[in-house]
Amino acid sequence: MSKSEMIQTDIGSVLTAEEIAEIDAELAHVPYKSGAAIDALKIVQANRGWVSDQCLQGIARHLDMSAEELEGVATFYNLIYRRPVGEKVILFCDSVSCWINGCDDIKDKISQTLGIDYGETTSDNSYTLLPVPCLGACDRAPVMMVGDDLVTHIDHEMVQQLFASAEQGSAE
Amino acid sequence: MEKVLTRNIGVDQKPTDLKAYEANGGYQGLRKVMAGMSPQDCQAVISDSNLRGRGGAGFPTGMKWSFVPSDDKCTPGHKYLVCNADEMEPGTFKDRLLMECDPHQLIEGMILSAYTIGADISYIFIRGEYLLAIQRLRDALKECYASGLLGDNILGSGYSLNMYLHPSAGRYICGEETALINALEGKRANPRAKPPFPQVSGLWGRPTIVNNVETLCNIPHIIDRGADWFKTLGLGEDAGTKLFGVSGRVKNPGCWELPMGTPIREIIEQHAGGMRDGYQLKGFLPGGGSTDFLTTEHLDLAMDYNVIGAAGSRMGTGTMIILDDRTCPVGMVLNLIRFFAHESCGFCTPCRDGLPWSRQVLQDLEEGRGQPEDLETLSYQIKYIGAIGNTHCALAPGAMEPLQSALKYFYDDFKQHISSGRCPYH
Repeated sequence: MSKSEMIQTDIGSVLTAEEIAEIDAELAHVPYKSGAAIDALKIVQANRGWVSDQCLQGIARHLDMSAEELEGVATFYNLIYRRPVGEKVILFCDSVSCWINGCDDIKDKISQTLGIDYGETTSDNSYTLLPVPCLGACDRAPVMMVGDDLVTHIDHEMVQQLFASAEQGSAE
Repeated sequence: MEKVLTRNIGVDQKPTDLKAYEANGGYQGLRKVMAGMSPQDCQAVISDSNLRGRGGAGFPTGMKWSFVPSDDKCTPGHKYLVCNADEMEPGTFKDRLLMECDPHQLIEGMILSAYTIGADISYIFIRGEYLLAIQRLRDALKECYASGLLGDNILGSGYSLNMYLHPSAGRYICGEETALINALEGKRANPRAKPPFPQVSGLWGRPTIVNNVETLCNIPHIIDRGADWFKTLGLGEDAGTKLFGVSGRVKNPGCWELPMGTPIREIIEQHAGGMRDGYQLKGFLPGGGSTDFLTTEHLDLAMDYNVIGAAGSRMGTGTMIILDDRTCPVGMVLNLIRFFAHESCGFCTPCRDGLPWSRQVLQDLEEGRGQPEDLETLSYQIKYIGAIGNTHCALAPGAMEPLQSALKYFYDDFKQHISSGRCPYH
């Protein structure tokens, strides 16, 4: 974000009253406001899908943190999205048990079906594809999460059924 | 064998609510304690039980707790109990089962543990992707507050405890207990320097105990039925039962509660059903992605901490990953090192810069660009990245474990990648 953007941002117009109320509830059991940084980022993201520069700025001010410090926190964690994502995020497990069970081939099939690679979003904004560390369902490998759902024993046919209706191609 | 940790978990894996949990003896341990056992009594039972941490390190739980200073030996203020539910070790899938199917068992274990160490606030630090477990724990916590099992004056005992659920925002390093504490404080999850240890100065600088889900789930049973009973459950020198898992190309991958000290062969051949048709067992990681490979010669070893340790590996999380004869060992190690390199917090140089270097060498080997000197380079990396004390935490040394043992047991495979200029498995 540019410096001028950060200074001009008006916090009152950025976070909603509901978001602020939710963040304040988290503040009740931390001794310092910055202790709720991750909770606050997650609250805003749950509401908006991702955390924009303006939102980051708004949260930082609300927690008495610098935007730079909060950005350092936000970019550390892989489940905080600092860029827009599609309606559903595909968290594709590429760890060892899924790899043994052929996840590379499944990932190629998904990329081919949706026309996107890791970090990209389909042009109809329905899906964003991201890799994720072991999802803890190795007995049902290969696995992934599609939005809130855990999808197990993935094969080509399942990929076809899940994603054939989505528009092909990357948004970028 | 009597099921302990999974006694409420049926084949349908339906969650156990408060009523069902209590009907099957749940919260009996808590009622017993609240009616008149002192924290010192509880501490003595857990120390006697020989319970060792189920998160991977196997540290004796009673000893860990004993390092928390008593009230007269520290400044007044909060003490914390934190449940490490950040299950992310590649190939590990046991805590998910315990939380999704029997959330009250974990909560009861946490209340008893918090009481023992004198904590008044507790957190469940759970990975953000475990949405079903998050929902079920949230429901269970509500039931507990509504029934006087959590909050002020628990069951009229005068003891008060609050419990919060903290869904994480990701990153494997959060499983390291001091990194987890930083994440709970809203910071980047870089591990902290030790000492001071969290038992003395943890969350917000206060005494803090961090225990794994499975460890905590054992507590109600030990308190209710005693240390001697618990010790009789193990087949060898270690006490209790353990959730063991197998993944990879076996017929029946899964997770089972078995006595501590169950032979590896029984777990792989009987419970996991042996290898799928057309595949042979070549090696296995006994307890997750950061443990050393063992091979067919180790199949008759018991899954006990010291037995697996003496064989050159670690029991880790007790969830095995099988390498079959049609999967490339170099490719498997590349997958693991890529994971660890990606998950490095970036704080110290051997980990931040060393692991990507190892990954690059392995990728060159796997893609046919390997040179004879690459194996020396890998040995050099193992020596310097793998040495405890060269790195800020155990992540990078853990990453070196599968690599060093793969070089030892599958050296010919590495050589062949270089001599034939390609991966022989593709």
